[in-house]
Amino acid sequence: MIILVERKKGISKKEIEHVAWLARIEISKNELELFSKQLNDILAYFAKIDKVDTENIPPSYHVLDLVNVFRKDDVKPSLPEEIFQIAPQTKEKFVKAPRMA
Amino acid sequence: MSRYIELPAYEIVDRIKAHELMAEDYIASLYERIKRIEKDVHAYITLTEDLAIKKAREIDKKIEKGEKTGRLCGVGIAIKDNICTKGVRTTCASHMLEKFIPPYNATVVKSIEDEDGIILGKANMDEFAMGSSTEHSYFGPTHNPWDLKRVPGGSSGGSAATIASSMATLALGSDTGGSIRCPASFCSVVGLKPTYGLVSRFGLIAYANSLEQIGPITKDVRDCALLLSCIASHDPLDSTSVNKPQEDYTNYLIDDINGIKIGVIREFFGEGTQDSVEKGVWDAILKLEGLGANYQEISLKNLHYALPSYYIIAMSEASSNLARYDGLRYGYRIPDKSYDWSTVYSKDRRFGFGFEVKRRIILGTFALSAGYYNEYYLKAQKIRTLIKKDFEMAFKRFDVLIGPTMPILPFRIGEKVQDPLEMYMCDVDTVPANLVGMPSISIPCGFSMGLPIGLQMMAPPFKEDLLLRVAFSFQRNYPTLARLRNYE
Repeated sequence: MIILVERKKGISKKEIEHVAWLARIEISKNELELFSKQLNDILAYFAKIDKVDTENIPPSYHVLDLVNVFRKDDVKPSLPEEIFQIAPQTKEKFVKAPRMA
Repeated sequence: MSRYIELPAYEIVDRIKAHELMAEDYIASLYERIKRIEKDVHAYITLTEDLAIKKAREIDKKIEKGEKTGRLCGVGIAIKDNICTKGVRTTCASHMLEKFIPPYNATVVKSIEDEDGIILGKANMDEFAMGSSTEHSYFGPTHNPWDLKRVPGGSSGGSAATIASSMATLALGSDTGGSIRCPASFCSVVGLKPTYGLVSRFGLIAYANSLEQIGPITKDVRDCALLLSCIASHDPLDSTSVNKPQEDYTNYLIDDINGIKIGVIREFFGEGTQDSVEKGVWDAILKLEGLGANYQEISLKNLHYALPSYYIIAMSEASSNLARYDGLRYGYRIPDKSYDWSTVYSKDRRFGFGFEVKRRIILGTFALSAGYYNEYYLKAQKIRTLIKKDFEMAFKRFDVLIGPTMPILPFRIGEKVQDPLEMYMCDVDTVPANLVGMPSISIPCGFSMGLPIGLQMMAPPFKEDLLLRVAFSFQRNYPTLARLRNYE
């Protein structure tokens, strides 16, 4: 078994900003400062798993031996019109979206 | 009347069905209790008193007419606020969903209503079920009924607090990494995470789909079996729901554990476990031995890696699941209309989500991103296989595995909330059940310095019957170890 030396892995502030943008979360300067420390602490802890030899071990994406479940392609009523009442901005029977950049 | 609200659900059902108790009177006295202590405990986000009283009157009419009534006839139930209730706002304890009114019921809610259960309100929780203390709620923390300065555990802290303080007779929670069992332990009530796939997740607002299950939080083991029997059924609306015949779990409440083989997991008593918890749990194990069970210690070598693997998987799934909150079709939308699509999207999420949710989405996105996927997500899923194998081996030797639910006693509000990693560490003994998909129950096993200790038991998938039998035997023989908070 190869035991890797525990190295300090981390995420830079620039990377945090980039990943937050990928996840579409705007973060403030204060949050960036706060998250930078917290996320690096967490990632340093996650590095614990480096030690485990997982060569030739298959991943368990799921705990049950599931097979795909199909249903008949029958026509059924859609959601009621009231769902427009929970949309923050609407116009007639449409949900209003912001403009694309 | 207040003496009725302390009773377990099966006694309430019997009394209502026998015309000894009016559902309306009992429900009204539950709301009286709520009015008296909810300001201190804050277990609910939304109360549905008018609907509940109306439903209680309907049930009283049914009884009067001699019509058939369900297994939860008239019982007042608290529903965790990440489980959709048609027409009743379901917030997930988030600003993002503060005004969200679901157009449909979760399958478990439909099951409860079909059995004539009465929904009292929506219980407080950590935002999007992310937390172990119910401090991460947009609506403010829930306080532990046993000590108001302490947390009730989380994320189903509101649900557990309603049971401990008799502000509800039954409650539903959800458990992704311990969120039913942790608050059950901290509040001295019973909490069961069923086998993955046993209970429909349709209408449960998703956090980490491959890990989470809805389950009962109750005053005792018999109520746990009763509520489980009502919610465990195959649901075509949840493709991971298992197609097996429905069972009446109350049939397994047998006071006999003679010859049951119990494995005590050594890693569950590791560094970070408080002495008082260790002592309380060992006392319980010796009591089980006294009742005829045999125990032996066992070591599961990959268990050390369960917590980081769990968090990597949960955060990765969360980052994908929570991508749906764009503030367009529902949810929080910034009022300013001048920005473009991506800016609106990222501002909705900046103001709609709390710190812990943002942390998990960002880390999950990172763990799934190119260059890091193999190192984090894939590696964690492989370790999940190893942990699963460890448990499969253990279950060849033992019927149930046992240890503490929480390594520590309920901590003070504010004590850990500034340090996310320290908070995650609380889940060290509960996450293995979610990684493996097996059922796990937490039952009260005593107090230390006035604070509850929880005993955790795990069994192979779909062996809820065994867990309930051992838990029932323990409670039947040591009834005083489980107590409700006395308000008289």
